[in-house]
Formats: sequence, C-alpha cells, structure tokens
Amino acid sequence: MQFQLTEEQQMMQKLVREFAEKEVLPGAAERDEKEEFSRDIANAMGEMGFTGICFPEKYGGAESDVLSYALAVEELSRVDAGVGITLSATVSLCAWPIFAYGTEDQKNKYLTPLAEGVKLGGFGLTEPNAGTDAASQQTVAVLKDDHYVINGSKIFITNAGEAEIYVVFAMTDKAKGVKGISAFILEKGMPGFAFGKKEHKMGIHSSATAELIFQNVQVPKENLLGKEGDGFKIAMSTLDGGRIGVAAQALGIAQSALEHSIKYSKERVQFGKPIASNQGIGFMLADMATKVDAARLLVYRAAYLKDQGLPYSKEAAMAKLYASDAAMAVATDAVQIFGGYGYSREYPVERLMRDAKITQIYEGTNQVQRIVISAAVLR
Amino acid sequence: MKIVVCIKQVPDTTEVKIDPVTNTLIRQGVPSIVNPFDKNAVEAALQLKEKYDGKVTVISMGPPQAKEALKECLAMGADEAILISDRAFGGSDTLATSYTLASAIKKMGRVDLIICGKQAIDGDTAQVGPEIAEHLDVGQVTCISKIDIDGSIVRVEREHEEGYEIIETQLPLVITVLKSMNEPRYPTVKGTMKANRKEIPVWTANDMDVDPEQLGLKGSPTQVRRIFTPKQRVQGLIIQADTAREAAAVLVKTLSEAKIV
Repeated sequence: MQFQLTEEQQMMQKLVREFAEKEVLPGAAERDEKEEFSRDIANAMGEMGFTGICFPEKYGGAESDVLSYALAVEELSRVDAGVGITLSATVSLCAWPIFAYGTEDQKNKYLTPLAEGVKLGGFGLTEPNAGTDAASQQTVAVLKDDHYVINGSKIFITNAGEAEIYVVFAMTDKAKGVKGISAFILEKGMPGFAFGKKEHKMGIHSSATAELIFQNVQVPKENLLGKEGDGFKIAMSTLDGGRIGVAAQALGIAQSALEHSIKYSKERVQFGKPIASNQGIGFMLADMATKVDAARLLVYRAAYLKDQGLPYSKEAAMAKLYASDAAMAVATDAVQIFGGYGYSREYPVERLMRDAKITQIYEGTNQVQRIVISAAVLR
Repeated sequence: MKIVVCIKQVPDTTEVKIDPVTNTLIRQGVPSIVNPFDKNAVEAALQLKEKYDGKVTVISMGPPQAKEALKECLAMGADEAILISDRAFGGSDTLATSYTLASAIKKMGRVDLIICGKQAIDGDTAQVGPEIAEHLDVGQVTCISKIDIDGSIVRVEREHEEGYEIIETQLPLVITVLKSMNEPRYPTVKGTMKANRKEIPVWTANDMDVDPEQLGLKGSPTQVRRIFTPKQRVQGLIIQADTAREAAAVLVKTLSEAKIV
C-alpha cells in the first residue's frame, strides 16, 4: 500500500499551490467582504489547465487523474473555498456528465471548451421544492418536432450567470417519477433562459450562486444528454463524483484552519508564554491535525478508486461526510483558539468557519451521505 | 536561435526556520526550489524563443534530485533539459562549476545565447555566469533587465546602483538576468504532464571532454576563511503609506518577495 503522491501528483499540487498563494489568496478577504465572483481568476485557472486535469487530451484535457484534480480543489480551497467550488462545479458537475454520458458531438462541442478552460460550467438539479427529493422536479421538458421546450426554474446553482454551459434536469414524463427525469445541455444565451436573483450566502462568497429560469426555452433534440429517462441516473452518478470535489474543498478549508491555528498559537503570548504551550491548546491542535489527516486519507482514497475504475460511491460519500464534518469542527476550533480575534473579520478563521458549513449541506446533505453509506453496508 | 539556460536547485530560504534552542538553521525538511533568478532566466529564454523562434535547453549541475528543478523548467515550456551529474563534480566551487557547465555547453555545438540568473540565493556569489563566458571565451553582460535582438546585434540594458547602461553587443553571448527582467510564467497542467513524460538525460564526466584535474574539489581553489557582508552604500527604499500598519505590510511583502525574510 502506497501513501505517497506520485511525482506527477506532487508537481500538480505544487503548481496549484503556487498559483493559489500568488493569484488567489491576495484578494480572498476582499472578495468575501464584497461577495464578489472573479472571472479573471476563473479564466486564469482555465489557462493554467485546471479544468482539464482529468479529461482526455482529445477533448482538450491534460489526461492526468482525478486525484490531481482533487489536489487542485484542495489547494484552491485552502486559500479561497469559493474559488475551489467554482472549479469543482465546472469539472465535476458539468464537464464530467458530458464526458461520461455525452455523444461524440456533444463532447466535442461542450466538453472541449470546458476542459480547455475557455468556458465555465453549471449544473441545475435543485428546485425550491426538490432538494434532496430530486424526484419532485417541477421543471418540465416537452418534445416538439426537433426540439424540447423547457419550463421551470432551479435554485442555488453554482456558477449561475457566469457559466456558459449547463447540465439541466427536467421531467419528460411526470407519470414515471424518477424514471421520468431527463438531462439536457443548455447554453447561456438561449432565448428564454434567464438568471434570477443572486443568493446572499453565509459563506463561499467568492462563488456565484443564483437561480436558473426557463421560459419556453427551445433546446435542440441533440442536446438531450443520454436517453430520455436517464436523468436521475446521470444526476446521481454525477453527484457521486461531485462529492470528491466537495470533500476536497472541505479538506482545503480544514487544512487552512489548522495551519492558521498552529501559527497563531505559537505567536500569541498570554501569561508570558505562547498559548501553544498550554496543553489545553496543544490537545485541540492534536485533534484538529488528526481530523485533517483522516479526512485527507478518505478523500485521496475516493479519488484513487475513481482513477482505478473501481466502485467509489460509498467511499466518496464517506469522504464527503467526514471531510465536511472535519472542516466544520476544525474551523470552529480555530475560531476558539483565536478567541476574540477569531470572531473578528480582521482574521481569516471566521471566514473559514462560514465557508465550512456549506460543505455539510451541498451535493447531498451529510444525512444523505449516511443513507448512501448505510445502503451500501447493508446491501 | 539556440539558447541554453543554466539553473540551480536551492533550498527555499523563505521556508527556513531557526532552531529556537541552538539558534541555527533547521535544514531538514526545507523544500528545494529553482533559484528565483534562474526562473527569470528561463522566462527570458522562452520569451526570446516565442519572438525569434529557436530551442531552449535547460541545464543544471547537481545531484540526481536536481531533476525535479529541471522538470519544473520543462513544465514552464523549455524544450529539453540535461542534468550534469557525477560524484566527480562534488565539492565544486564556482570555478569548477563554471568549467563543468561550460564543458557541457561546448558539447552541444553552436549555442547562440547562454542565460543565467544573476546569482543563486544560497551561495550569492554571482560568479558562475561570468566564469562560463570566460571558459567559453565569449562576450558577457551581467545584471540585465532587458534584451532585444536585431539581426546580429544584441541590445541589452544593464542595471546597476546608479542607473542603467544600454549596451550593444553580438552573439554568441552570456547574460545574467535580474528579477526586473520579467515575471516568470507558471508551469501549466499540460506543461507538467509533458515535462513528466520527457526523459532528462544525465551527462557525467565521461560524457564530456574535461580535464579531471579541473573538476570537483580538486579543481576548486576557493578556500572560505570567513563569511561576512561587505560594506556597501546602497540607496535605501522609502516606503510611503498612510499608516504605519500599511507601510509595515508593504515592507514585509517586499522583504519576503526579495527572499530576505
């Protein structure tokens, strides 16, 4: 059993870290404060090749692996979790289902610009009344001649308004329930496809989150992803992979909180000595470090399994569940170690605590992860 | 145009920590990086290649792990890399190092331009570049911040404490470059993948036409008696900011960028 990244993975980690520290970190606090999405950073990530890491060269990718992609999300999230999810939403939620289920034409037309980093991607599944219960979709798609007419709306969509390409789910046959859901590829600018209000969130302020609105959007028949009725299967398998992205994002947040806490506790002097020399703080740091390491092993294992072509659904759910809980716990402890300063926006740990919370919620709440895991162990 | 860039793998001085008990440097676990000035040299070579076409070869004399540094240069876009490595090179001072590097360059046949960083951040001698030029018996200009090539004429700007000189010279030439020369590009994901697949040949003493007496410890007349900073009158940098806090932030940033802290 190997516990070391390959040379290639180490090089990827190093290059993303350098980019993250020099290009993403400097404006992170300001983007959080202003709730600002940076297209410049998204474009720069595209030029660096981050969106193409795990896709074949013939579709504009670098043909590296999922673990390298997870490392990229982790390193970006270590400095700005909003930027991490911008990448993850494009790669895991939009490019991946097109790669896995798309026709050759769809891949050439939509996967290539995503992998080359010239376009951003989004994923529209969640609706006001269809969150975890994805089967109660209200958005409908009706086949008329050579196109589908889509009506409805989606909420909480990452990269909404910023992305040029979206994988969107709609009911093609309501009577069939989950088997009546189909997936479509939509482009920004299609008549009737609009974006609603920007969401004001607790954290991940540097990521764009908004509504998708469809009013008689005519989508060409060839933009159906997979077959009619494949939508639920596509959505669920996409989220299996997406969980690796969210888990890597959570890991980056946790790592950052740990690093800040170690540094601060060595510098902060009370009663004439650094607070790190108090066992009460030392033990907290020990627990935090252990959680971060355990999360890392779970995340890397899930990515490794996906790279090997082995089943990874349960392991991705475990990684997401554990890493997000670890991020929340470690970030909360970081605020505690920083004391009053931790609660202040002058220091980065309160942002980490706000950013961490979403990782327990999106791409399947941690309760859903437990359903996935328990179903797998009871099978 | 055939360009050779000489690089060195050095410890990242920004990551060096001091042992609080002994007050000495903790060398263990310090990551290795491409000497920052050498990255400017690679960037300069890549820009010249993009402008005038040609081939960029990166070379380094060092232990086997220096391949890592060469790979990073390949990932930035260099065409090929060669590691000059042999136990016989161990203990080289700048004279033996420059002799070895010059011998490797001679083996490559016609080379138009040799680019080095101004100095390495570990030894700080700034001697290897100029000495390579002497061994090869070609022209040299040090501390360059700008270069233009027009046919056979090379125009460079050489910076020093009082200002800069514009010098016209010709190829073949050795130059050493400053940080102000350019902003080194990041290696890309695709560049990294390509770099990883590339073979990096290793040249030993046997692969080059060298005099064994001039290699390694034997070929190194330098004896270090004492290390000190010579007195030097340099104009200071005055940081102007609205508050002391902002000024301090600029100061820390400047010092860490210069790899001083």
